Amino acid sequence: MKLERDAVLHIARLARIALSDEEIETFGAQLSEIIGHFDTLNAVDTEGVEPTAHTLPLRNVMVDDVSRPSLPQDEVLALAPLAEDGYLRVRAVLE
Amino acid sequence: MRAAASRVLPMTTTPIAAKYETVIGLEVHVQLLTERKMFCGCNAAYADAVPNTHVCPVCMALPGVLPVINRKAVEYTVMAALALNCEIPQFSKFDRKNYPYPDLLKGYQISQYDLPLSQGGWLEIEVEGHEPRRVGIERCHLEEDTARLTHRTDAAGESHSLIDMNRSGVPLMEIVSAPDMRSPEEAREYLVKLRQILRYIGVSKANMEEGNFRCDANISLRPAGASEYGAKVEVKNMNSFRAVYHALQHEVVRQTAELDAGHRIPQETRGWVEADGRTVSQRSKEQAHDYRYFPEPDLPPVTLAPADVDAIRARLPELPDAKMRRFEGEYGLTRYEANLLCESRARADYYEAAVAPAGAGADDASRRYAKQVANWMLGDFARLLNAAGSDIADARVAPADLHALIALIEDGTISGKIAKSVFEAMFDSGKPPATVIDELGLSQISAADEISGIVDAVIARNEKPVADYRAGKQEALKFLVGQAMRETRGRANPATLTEILKAKLDAKA
Repeated sequence: MKLERDAVLHIARLARIALSDEEIETFGAQLSEIIGHFDTLNAVDTEGVEPTAHTLPLRNVMVDDVSRPSLPQDEVLALAPLAEDGYLRVRAVLE
Repeated sequence: MRAAASRVLPMTTTPIAAKYETVIGLEVHVQLLTERKMFCGCNAAYADAVPNTHVCPVCMALPGVLPVINRKAVEYTVMAALALNCEIPQFSKFDRKNYPYPDLLKGYQISQYDLPLSQGGWLEIEVEGHEPRRVGIERCHLEEDTARLTHRTDAAGESHSLIDMNRSGVPLMEIVSAPDMRSPEEAREYLVKLRQILRYIGVSKANMEEGNFRCDANISLRPAGASEYGAKVEVKNMNSFRAVYHALQHEVVRQTAELDAGHRIPQETRGWVEADGRTVSQRSKEQAHDYRYFPEPDLPPVTLAPADVDAIRARLPELPDAKMRRFEGEYGLTRYEANLLCESRARADYYEAAVAPAGAGADDASRRYAKQVANWMLGDFARLLNAAGSDIADARVAPADLHALIALIEDGTISGKIAKSVFEAMFDSGKPPATVIDELGLSQISAADEISGIVDAVIARNEKPVADYRAGKQEALKFLVGQAMRETRGRANPATLTEILKAKLDAKA
């Protein structure tokens, strides 16, 4: 299955990366190969097999509602490239 | 005059309903009252916290961390779903909703997509003057709240955004209604009822002004009688029930005008601008959202056996509608009284505690107390609470003391009129009625010798009225009774006082 140029650009936009024309070609071809692999998987007969999103037989892994101390504010802020008045600072974002 | 009057009449939906039918669905997000966050150990009570102090590697999305489901949040969601008559499937899972926006540092929100914790319920609403109606509940699911963003502009006019992650990861329950409401009034009623139920079962503070109860509305109009829906407009930015009501009213008027003018209504998101009293289009440069939902690989699914669901159901308290019907039957209250007394669980509990010593029953005393307690609570008590801007849960008057006050009126220790002053003092001080009456010297004087002395003094001081009475003027007696009552600051037993006064006046005639 060949991924169209528009689809490659859409994926790039979702990933927030800019691609050159050359990269569109390269990644387009690589992504097409990955998508193509699903055709191979689709060929497997899964009749009677329950779909699953998890491969481990785990269920209901939950914790009791008890809180624990959080990190000190200075450690949190130290992880951010920019901080201001106790907040993380980022470029302007508007809805 | 008539033209002017019709201009100021409030807008009603009647003339519009004749031509178009309004279709409203509501999406409500509610923060759950858990101690920890949804998937990590940070404290979820962030309201008064310093920014970024309820944060850990999990809610900050540092590499290699694993979220774990908060059991109580699941239980609370199931409780709410059961109270909303939903079905609880045995199998449920979490999914990732991907979107790049800095209110979620992970780049996705953990939510539920195709297999939510519950679906297919209903909520009964009743708009005054209309029959009760059921509004469908499509689903109640569990997700996590986002970080708070604020926007600043510096001196140079450059703007930037600030992130406080304290809210990020707080358990958030989403309740989606079916497009079953047909007027802004019904939408408001739905919200009032939903909030009441959530507070009754204690899963959320459900306070819209505080931001732990949020509502987005979908509204469309269609020609009356049509079965297909019109283009859906999503309305956001409403911060109170009033705002939801007004925004929807505005949309009905706006969309009606658009349709009447032959325009097509585009499917869009609009924001309510409180100050202008109108909605404005929020054009987003983004194309249609592509959330690329997929099953959350870090969280195993949740399974709930019927026995688990029954155990949660057993923890549900009596719900408002059931309590209201019981109050009507058990205490002989009117629907209006029962409705007001059941508005909050605290109020209903207070009522029952204050009636309790008399017992619920059909005998005269029980019925009298049931009615008296209701009268106090909906009268003087409500008035004082209102004036103080406080809630019955914080009232200083103990339910047993309200009962005792009524008992003191019943046995003639104080008059109904004095009881009002006694109650005010009880309300301010929290002291029991007997103490207040002692301190203020307010108990009714029934002792004949004490009243006799007062009557003698009044007779001695009022020669003219006494003469008038003896000359046959009955009104003079009323005046003398009034004088004697004033002397005792209203504490004399009126019947005893009148009897003694009459006897003395007649004897000396």
